[in-house]
Amino acid sequence: MVVLAQTNNENDQPVSRRNFLKNSGLVIGGLVVGGVAGSLLAKPKTPAPTQPGATPAPTADFNQALMYFTPEQFKVVDAACERIFPEDENGPGAKALGAAYFIDHQLAGDWGFNSRDYMQGPFYQGEATQGYQGRLKRREIFDIGIQEMNNYSNSTQKKKFYELAPEQQDEVLKAFETDEVKLTTISASAFFKMLRASTLEGVYSDPLYGGNKNMDGWKLKNYPGNQMTYSQVIEQDKFVKMAPLSLRDHQHG
Amino acid sequence: MAKKLPKVDVVIVGVGWGGGIIASELTKQGLNVVGLERGKERKTEDYFMVHDELRYALRYELMQDLSKETITFRSKTSVRALPMRSYGSFLLGTGLGGAGVHWNGHTFRFLPYDFEIRSKTVERYGEKKIPADMTIQDWGITYDQLEPYFDKFERMAGISGEENPLAGKRSKPYPTPPMKKMPSMKMFEEAAKKKNWHPYMLPSANLSEAYTNPDGISRAACQYCGFCERFGCEYGAKADPVVTVIPVAQKTGKFEIRTHSQVRRILHTGNKATGVLYTDVTTGEEIEQPADIVVLTSYVFNNTRLLLLSKLGRPYDPNTGKGVIGKNYAYQVIRGGATGFFEDREFNYYAGAGALGIVLDDFNGDNFDHKDLKFIHGASISHTMTGQRPIQTNPVPQGTPSWGKDFKAASLKYINRTLSVGAQGASMPFRHHFLDLDPTYKDVFGDPLIRITFDFEEQDRQLAAFTAERCGELLQEMGASKVEVNGKLGPYDIVPYQSTHNTGGVIMGASPDTSAVNNYLQMWDAENVFVVGASAFGHNSGYNPTGTMGALSYRCAEGILKYHKSGGGMVV
Ligand SMILES: Cc1cc2nc3c(=O)[nH]c(=O)nc-3n(C[C@H](O)[C@H](O)[C@H](O)COP(=O)(O)OP(=O)(O)OC[C@H]3O[C@@H](n4cnc5c(N)ncnc54)[C@H](O)[C@@H]3O)c2cc1C
Ligand code: SF4
Repeated sequence: MVVLAQTNNENDQPVSRRNFLKNSGLVIGGLVVGGVAGSLLAKPKTPAPTQPGATPAPTADFNQALMYFTPEQFKVVDAACERIFPEDENGPGAKALGAAYFIDHQLAGDWGFNSRDYMQGPFYQGEATQGYQGRLKRREIFDIGIQEMNNYSNSTQKKKFYELAPEQQDEVLKAFETDEVKLTTISASAFFKMLRASTLEGVYSDPLYGGNKNMDGWKLKNYPGNQMTYSQVIEQDKFVKMAPLSLRDHQHG
Repeated sequence: MAKKLPKVDVVIVGVGWGGGIIASELTKQGLNVVGLERGKERKTEDYFMVHDELRYALRYELMQDLSKETITFRSKTSVRALPMRSYGSFLLGTGLGGAGVHWNGHTFRFLPYDFEIRSKTVERYGEKKIPADMTIQDWGITYDQLEPYFDKFERMAGISGEENPLAGKRSKPYPTPPMKKMPSMKMFEEAAKKKNWHPYMLPSANLSEAYTNPDGISRAACQYCGFCERFGCEYGAKADPVVTVIPVAQKTGKFEIRTHSQVRRILHTGNKATGVLYTDVTTGEEIEQPADIVVLTSYVFNNTRLLLLSKLGRPYDPNTGKGVIGKNYAYQVIRGGATGFFEDREFNYYAGAGALGIVLDDFNGDNFDHKDLKFIHGASISHTMTGQRPIQTNPVPQGTPSWGKDFKAASLKYINRTLSVGAQGASMPFRHHFLDLDPTYKDVFGDPLIRITFDFEEQDRQLAAFTAERCGELLQEMGASKVEVNGKLGPYDIVPYQSTHNTGGVIMGASPDTSAVNNYLQMWDAENVFVVGASAFGHNSGYNPTGTMGALSYRCAEGILKYHKSGGGMVV
């Protein structure tokens, strides 16, 4: 085991960036690179608010509210994410990790509007090697894709997607994945790819985005999240497990 | 009418590695320099919340905003070029420091063979070895001539490394010792030695120990934090223009940086530039900056694009092979690698650094016999550990579904049990691979985008298949339970990330007939314009470009000083 990991376990205290910089004796001099390190060392530590004697009440997760989806859309996405990354003997799935909330929040912002993508016309169908050439934004693609998942479920099973048994849901997803479902406005397989990719983002991104609840996604993978240093781990032969740290820990730790 | 500012000695277009090096070298000698940078200012403090895979690696926080400007791409002239609408194959830098902020830091020197590639290929194998439409040419400079500048770049950046037994001669050892060795790197080393190959630690711009460079800049050692490439370094351990050359230039009091300044045209009368025209993107105001010398350091694409937009130099024509601006666009062949799964070993795969790795050159350049092979050049073969972040790393053996229960189980099992050995293949220029202005698509100012016409060739497919086999053999020797060799190279695809190692467009050489700049990167057709970057490469080697590009930048700075002193003419 390494020093840092031990510190983590023994005190059950995350190693804050400030303490790390103090203790490691990192010398950062010269003209510029004081940077983060310099300003942190100079900053006095703000005392953590304490409430002696009080048992903390379980706090509500204020993040779990919809920014973009309708409740109906959310149900479809939540169910689909869970099939893509299901709960099993290894641990929680996408649903428990909040992946659908993550996707909802992402669609509400820049990413949903493709604001950093080139969206000027003219629009032509290209070759596969030329990448996405549609005029629709991600949020519009999700709107259509979700609707089509319900339509397809309805026409094959007379049910909405989220009312189907898990195995039937898998059939629908496979039909999208392989373009067996023929859509005119979007590509079913491209929508599926986006859904799969954003599910994994919701499972494994920092919890500040609304998924990876309690860092449980990272725990599944033995991923330590945001750590200050791995200098002492890097040469070790044995696998070193550490309790993960989030960016919230980093800012407030 | 554009507002006209007072004249300066030198104006630099873009402040990344190229711009930063030129600025520091010229201001140290007393020249007045203005640096125009289209993006925003950057400093180490910006990276307080940098360990965020989603924001930096998947949403491209530090990269060029494609809604404003992108490139268009087609595989050949008979296909309609279309814009790269979202990020894929390569990631363009913007803001102070450019892509030098979010690079990995692999810092190689191209091989002596590279600089004389045509002569040396002909000498060993005869003219016939070179396909008719492969436009390789010598660079108009030799490795020995460039060696002092390599050394200068490495000392400035503090490169950590050890001697590569199969490379050109070094005048001095690396300024800092190699990085720490992970267990899997030792496995690579032992396996390679058993095969009589020549492994060495990857030359790294992530400092192995605290270092003070000749300019007096001190930086801390790398912490192997695993958030390096695509991220900025919160410790300043990674060499980046913002923590090395830019402050040196600023300290002279002779360097003025103007951020949010997008250069639109090089102004010229006859064959001499008079300055540049730029737009202050915060106000929309158009401004003219007159200068005695104009230096383009705006990366391969905008170096080429600005020359074409400004009608400076002779545009390349693929039909006749004449003209030089846009010629010899090349890239990198990344597909020839292998993956090994280890059933009974777990590695600390979450840890790593941008340039932590071990590499060998037994199959790079002309270090091996190509007589019976259907390609020239080769690839560096390496095992690197950059820190496997969880969204983007989900290794599963072939045949595993890509989602659902089995995918989840396999990706969790193999996350820390998978090692890859990769090949970074050289990319040869062809007559029909080039850059020009797109006739249809425009940037946010209404200026035409640059258009790439490029595809992989039989040369690349042969090379990838060959190097992938070597990677597979190595993993086998390293004791992998299962090895998958990925040597099949399809058509060039703009969608998956491969590397930001674009080269060519404004290439250097010994003659104005076949090159755009001389070996000081001075334009043959406009003596007071210097064009710095991997745009000067006649082809791309089996290495990352920046070590060589940095050396050329130092050489160019020397040329500019000579030019400034002599008051005109071509520098020799
Ligand atoms: C993720 C990643 C990893 C990489 N890893 C490595 C590596 O390990 N090793 C290696 O050798 N290379 C690596 N590279 C490549 C390396 O970053 C580049 O080779 C290098 O930074 C290029 O430097 P440059 O100065 O030529 O261009 P840039 O760094 O791109 O700088 C050009 C600057 O010009 C500005 N500019 C452009 N147009 C204009 C205009 N019209 N007006 C004003 N300003 C303008 C841009 O905003 C930018 O700041 C990597 C790149 C990426 C993206
Ligand atoms: S890996 Fe090292 S050089 Fe790279 S960002 Fe982390 S500390 Fe900096």
